[in-house]
Amino acid sequence: MSEQSAKERFLAQFERVSQHEDALAPLRRDALARFRELGLPTRHQEDWKYTSVRQIEQNDFELPADTLEIPDDLARREGVPGLDAARLVFVNGRYSESLSHTEGLPDGVSVRSLAQAIGEAPERVREDIARQSGLDFSGFTALNTAFVEDGAVLEVAANTAVENPIELLFLSVAGDQSRYVFHPRVLIRMGQGAEATVLEHHAGVNGASNFNNAVTEITLDDQARLEHYRIQRESTAGFHIGSVHVDQGRASRYVNHNINLGGALVRNDINSRLSDVEAEAVFNGLYLVSNKQHVDNHTCVDHASPHTYSDELYKGVLDGKGKAVFNGRVKVHPDAQKIEAHQKNDNLLLSKLAEIDTKPELEIYADDVICSHGATVGQIDRGALFYLRSRGIDEAKARDLLTYAFAESVIERMPLAAVREWLEGLVVNRISGEGLLDDLETEGE
Amino acid sequence: MLKIENLKVRVEGKEILNGVNLEVKPGEVHAIMGPNGSGKSTLAHILAGRGDYEVVEGKATWHGQDLLEMEPEERAYAGLFLAFQYPVEIPGVNNVYLLKAALNAIRENRGEEPIDSADFLALVKEKMKLMGMDEAFIRRSVNEGFSGGEKKRNEIFQMLVLEPTLAVLDETDSGLDIDALKIVAQGINKLRSDDRAFVMVTHYQRLLDYVEPDFVHVLSGGRIAKSGDKNLAVELEKHGYDWIEKEATSA
Ligand SMILES: Nc1ncnc2c1ncn2[C@@H]1O[C@H](COP(=O)(O)OP(=O)(O)OP(=O)(O)O)[C@@H](O)[C@H]1O
Ligand SMILES: [Mg+2]
Repeated sequence: MSEQSAKERFLAQFERVSQHEDALAPLRRDALARFRELGLPTRHQEDWKYTSVRQIEQNDFELPADTLEIPDDLARREGVPGLDAARLVFVNGRYSESLSHTEGLPDGVSVRSLAQAIGEAPERVREDIARQSGLDFSGFTALNTAFVEDGAVLEVAANTAVENPIELLFLSVAGDQSRYVFHPRVLIRMGQGAEATVLEHHAGVNGASNFNNAVTEITLDDQARLEHYRIQRESTAGFHIGSVHVDQGRASRYVNHNINLGGALVRNDINSRLSDVEAEAVFNGLYLVSNKQHVDNHTCVDHASPHTYSDELYKGVLDGKGKAVFNGRVKVHPDAQKIEAHQKNDNLLLSKLAEIDTKPELEIYADDVICSHGATVGQIDRGALFYLRSRGIDEAKARDLLTYAFAESVIERMPLAAVREWLEGLVVNRISGEGLLDDLETEGE
Repeated sequence: MLKIENLKVRVEGKEILNGVNLEVKPGEVHAIMGPNGSGKSTLAHILAGRGDYEVVEGKATWHGQDLLEMEPEERAYAGLFLAFQYPVEIPGVNNVYLLKAALNAIRENRGEEPIDSADFLALVKEKMKLMGMDEAFIRRSVNEGFSGGEKKRNEIFQMLVLEPTLAVLDETDSGLDIDALKIVAQGINKLRSDDRAFVMVTHYQRLLDYVEPDFVHVLSGGRIAKSGDKNLAVELEKHGYDWIEKEATSA
């Protein structure tokens, strides 16, 4: 490995690639300047206290050369099965037209790759990019912006309801020799009263140990509704740093389902700003960590306006030497009276070596508010275990069953049946390596 | 089938059972009564295999086999069933899924094939009807949000599906209204047979009017202080436990 620091390597990488002199060039250079100042986060920063990015620093990541060809059925295999969805597929951050299909979307919906959008309407992209995230949310965000090139742009016109979900499938594929880094950017703009369901689905293939540095920005106009599934299934050797930045208008509703099954080192930042009255944010989260996985979820709901609502439930199952971090920030501005904010984080520890750091972070400057928060860390309930065993369920299966039941309550909150069923299967497989719960799936009654 | 000899049990250093003797034969119905905290549930849990207790002395055998050595699930396979005084709520585990998994585990241990899904559903519906339970319970999580009486009914419903040879019913009659009590009693009587036995822990003679016991025992001071027939229950209803405790200490 070179003597350069990770930061120097990223800076040098920027100089090496031939820069597109498009409308975004000044923005990229600004972002790079910010990255030069910020560097990668360190554990001295409060927000990164429990998560070290050393594993990322210790690796040399290359920018992918041109689009990697992958077999057609790979995308089909990795996508959510049985989902009647438009699908945009990205291979190591690059849009693959041949693997994607976007037919059947109603008028008023435009979905395309970011590269295409930059080509067609650079000014518009320039306007939307970094609008919600800013340049300096973190060194990683700045890095993403400095290298911004591809990703997805979804625009839904006012009062347009998109019935079928839209799946953005980001495949992280192993190269012959190299580890890759890519910086996908997703921009979503929902007009007044627009409705849509988006699956942002990150999947690692063939044990890829790439670094996926993703940023998603979302603007919801008044009364818009977005159901946003964020499913992280990187390979167990993969690195995933992702952030979501949402701005919500009056009476809009944003639901985020943040499911984490994979990754060696994962950090998610889910942020929503409730900018106008009656806006509502719902955060659901599930993380399963085992072996030496490290998954960090930081969430922030910013009640910037009175009469806004948020409800958050995150659950974690920790096994092996797995580590997880949950930090739930709730900000309530001084004039944001009559808001309601609920937050809960429950953790199930299956091994003595697993670790969880969980912390609510409340910054409440208004007095007429309803806020609740709670965090639990527990083990399998002995009373429930005995009850099941007394009925004839053997101990190993009873444990798996109780673990599954714990995780399932998050999946249950997802409206899409196809996603629920698929995830239930994945979770069953993760929990019950021995296949003890096989009969669960056949239970239709 | 069940023989308990001089059983002494401690919980967290405290002696709860202090030499219990009890023999249960096929076809018999035993009632166990006794003041609060006298160790009735402890005895029931010990029989079902709960691990939180320390057996200091004595033994319990099941058809000659050391019962205390068996895992809880092995006891279920052997035909033992405990209806809990406080049935546990298990959110996320479907009531009927549990029952089917339990039934199939028991069948598998007997060397039988898993039950056919349609047959199982028919069986479940029949027993639910018998227990006056709404079919909506099929889709609910184990005991979650059930009322006190519904939980008790659910225990008996499970018993009817699993058909144990020895059922230990821990205060299954407590908290039931009169109609529910009759239904529960009917459920128990339905299963009564020459090769099955019941141990019913109860505070009230009421249940015994519907399910007539062969023996009534009083658990007090950590042991069976007095045994008799159903008339003992009538006397207890009238005079309470004081006289038994006095009799026991003076003896
Ligand atoms: N885990 C425990 N830790 C400490 N004490 C316990 C524990 N379990 C039971 N005990 C004690 O053991 C004694 C017997 O309890 P048990 O539940 O067996 O009584 P019971 O006869 O069933 O009473 P009730 O009629 O109220 O149901 C009580 O004093 C109880 O507090
Ligand atoms: Mg009791």
